[in-house]
Amino acid sequence: MQIEVRTQMSRIWRVGLLSGLALVAAPAHAFIAYVSNEKSNTISVIDTDTWTVTKTIKVGQRPRGIDFTRDGKFVMVAVGDDDTIQVIDAKTQSVVDSLPSGPDPELFAQDAAGKTLYVANENDNTVTVIDLAKRARLGDIQVGVEPEGMTISPDGKTLINTSETTNMAHFIDTASRQIVANVLVDARPRFAEFRHDSSEVWVSSEIGGTVSIIDPGKHEVIGKVTFEIPGLRKEAIQPVGIGMTRDDKTAFVALGPANRIAVVDVASRKVTKYLLVGQRVWHMAFTPDEKYLLTTNGVSNDVSVIDVAAQKVIKTIQVGELPWGITIAP
Amino acid sequence: MIRWLVGLIGWSLAATSALAADPVTIGVGYLGVAGTRATLSLVEQPAENDGVAGARLAIEDNNTTGKFLNQRFTLEERRVKEGEDVVQAATDLAARNGFIVTDLPADALLKVSDVLRERGTLLFNAGAIDERLREADCRANVIHTAPTRAMLADALGQYLVWKKWSRWLLVVGSHDEDKLFADALRRTATRFGAKIVQERTFEDKGGARRTDSGVTLIQRQMPVFTQQAPAYDVLVAADESEVFGAYLPYRTWDPRPVAGSAGLVPRSWDAAQDQWGAIQMQNRFFKLNSRRMTALDMQAWTAVRMIGEATSRTNSGDVKKVTDFIKGPDFSVAAFKGTRLTLRDWNLQLRQPILLVDGRMVVSVSPQEGFLHQVSELDTLGYDRPESKCKLK
Repeated sequence: MQIEVRTQMSRIWRVGLLSGLALVAAPAHAFIAYVSNEKSNTISVIDTDTWTVTKTIKVGQRPRGIDFTRDGKFVMVAVGDDDTIQVIDAKTQSVVDSLPSGPDPELFAQDAAGKTLYVANENDNTVTVIDLAKRARLGDIQVGVEPEGMTISPDGKTLINTSETTNMAHFIDTASRQIVANVLVDARPRFAEFRHDSSEVWVSSEIGGTVSIIDPGKHEVIGKVTFEIPGLRKEAIQPVGIGMTRDDKTAFVALGPANRIAVVDVASRKVTKYLLVGQRVWHMAFTPDEKYLLTTNGVSNDVSVIDVAAQKVIKTIQVGELPWGITIAP
Repeated sequence: MIRWLVGLIGWSLAATSALAADPVTIGVGYLGVAGTRATLSLVEQPAENDGVAGARLAIEDNNTTGKFLNQRFTLEERRVKEGEDVVQAATDLAARNGFIVTDLPADALLKVSDVLRERGTLLFNAGAIDERLREADCRANVIHTAPTRAMLADALGQYLVWKKWSRWLLVVGSHDEDKLFADALRRTATRFGAKIVQERTFEDKGGARRTDSGVTLIQRQMPVFTQQAPAYDVLVAADESEVFGAYLPYRTWDPRPVAGSAGLVPRSWDAAQDQWGAIQMQNRFFKLNSRRMTALDMQAWTAVRMIGEATSRTNSGDVKKVTDFIKGPDFSVAAFKGTRLTLRDWNLQLRQPILLVDGRMVVSVSPQEGFLHQVSELDTLGYDRPESKCKLK
């Protein structure tokens, strides 16, 4: 009986596709978000149609960095205290494999083709390189103390790693796996994000309280985004996650214990608005249509949903304990 | 032809050496006193390398960063034995090191700082918590990474008041440093509205800290010592000398928590601290030293990291340049305490959150919510600028 229904459903779906009807797009924002809960050792799966948690997946210890494989089939999550990256099958929503990430993985980045994965090993001052198809370790790169933030240039040629105690953004040539430049930024750099047009790299400094903007050609800091919130002491402003719209016009910066997301005009590098979200906001992810931005709020154990166009928080979803990372199916 | 060849080789050699220039070497000295003090708890007995182990880790951290900037850090340790001249040892260290981290008693530190002033050596006091080193006896060439007694007392007091445990039974040891800590606790009580309902003195009559049948005796003594007290919420002990504090928890006449020198203790750092990325540092420390990290280790680590931070920001190993930067308005250092640490420019004391620990866990971190300040909430801990008697010379 059930099978019958499903067959019928899929037929309708196919018919819809073939005839070019907008049937498939009925709920415009039906995406699946995966949130890593650092303390619960779980992943909360959120349906962006109903804005509810549809499943909680048990994973290894201290899950943080999380990302979909490029083909959308798997979710990779760094479980630092188990010294591995676990692989979740997006279809069955269960852990099916693990990657040789090296010790204490936190954040990682993959190339555009989804073939190579670069992992920051916080305990070892190294970046581990993994062949994703073979799920084998290819080598490692020595970087500064406590490597964390990871991003790859849109052309795939440059990997940026930030090291938290060395206070640098290391520019690594992905072909030779050699560091080509080290750029000093403010204290405790945690996250790096390229502009989609490759013209700038943005690096957040949690303790420094700024975002440094680096010219990736000259390897120089060419500007800084600073934050000021009336009534809030400066120490509470601790920038972490960064999200940039595809047109490179607007950036969103998570400000940690300031409990706010700063909306930044990329051209002028000025904050235009602060959006109040949950407590200790860490990271964020856009829905693929860029209508919504979801942020993980560590201390209040929830996820805030921001309407990107309206620049408004429209929803809060309770997840597990200390939500940290987030990724949304492509 | 040969001359041409020789010339070419010479030129290429010069070019190579220009590319791989010798790294700038930054020498850091560590000056402490030989031997360790006895504690009541065997678990808390400090290791021989307490303090310097933290400095050593920071040297490693600085060198990892330094390899990208062509800077190299070295550490030279010196421990003075009883009867040895500390000034002589300091002068000797200063001949090779522009920076010296010290774990010295207040008087010895003052002697050293006065002798080294002309030379321009920058000292980091990692060990002494005495108020007077930041007040009447402050020095322009001494930076303090150790917190003060008043900072520690205020950190504890804020929490006790927040908990609404505002009636304190204060028990003070008979040694000078116990009395100084008691002074700080009294000041805290006045500042934050706690009431010391009674004070008692625990006389040190000598005796060994290690015995075979100690527990039986202590179990009889402590209830008797604490009986007939007026109504109180928490017993606050001032026992820096390690004579009785650790005997109090679970043995008071009335069932009351203990804080201060035992029970809930204020410290700059603890082996249990794992928030704000501290776990990585705790792991690095354990790997290097095969033991857990103490508050003194952290105070020394922070001192050496401050040097590293300033040398990388100024891209220089010049002591004067580095010193000016550390004392300047743009300096801050990250030390796994959830906020940037800066210097109080009026007395060169490092502002820092203080942990409240019970020997197994971090119970809380002060300043507590609601203790406000117009400049930095960290300045709700200890003597603030308007109260300071320090004139930096």
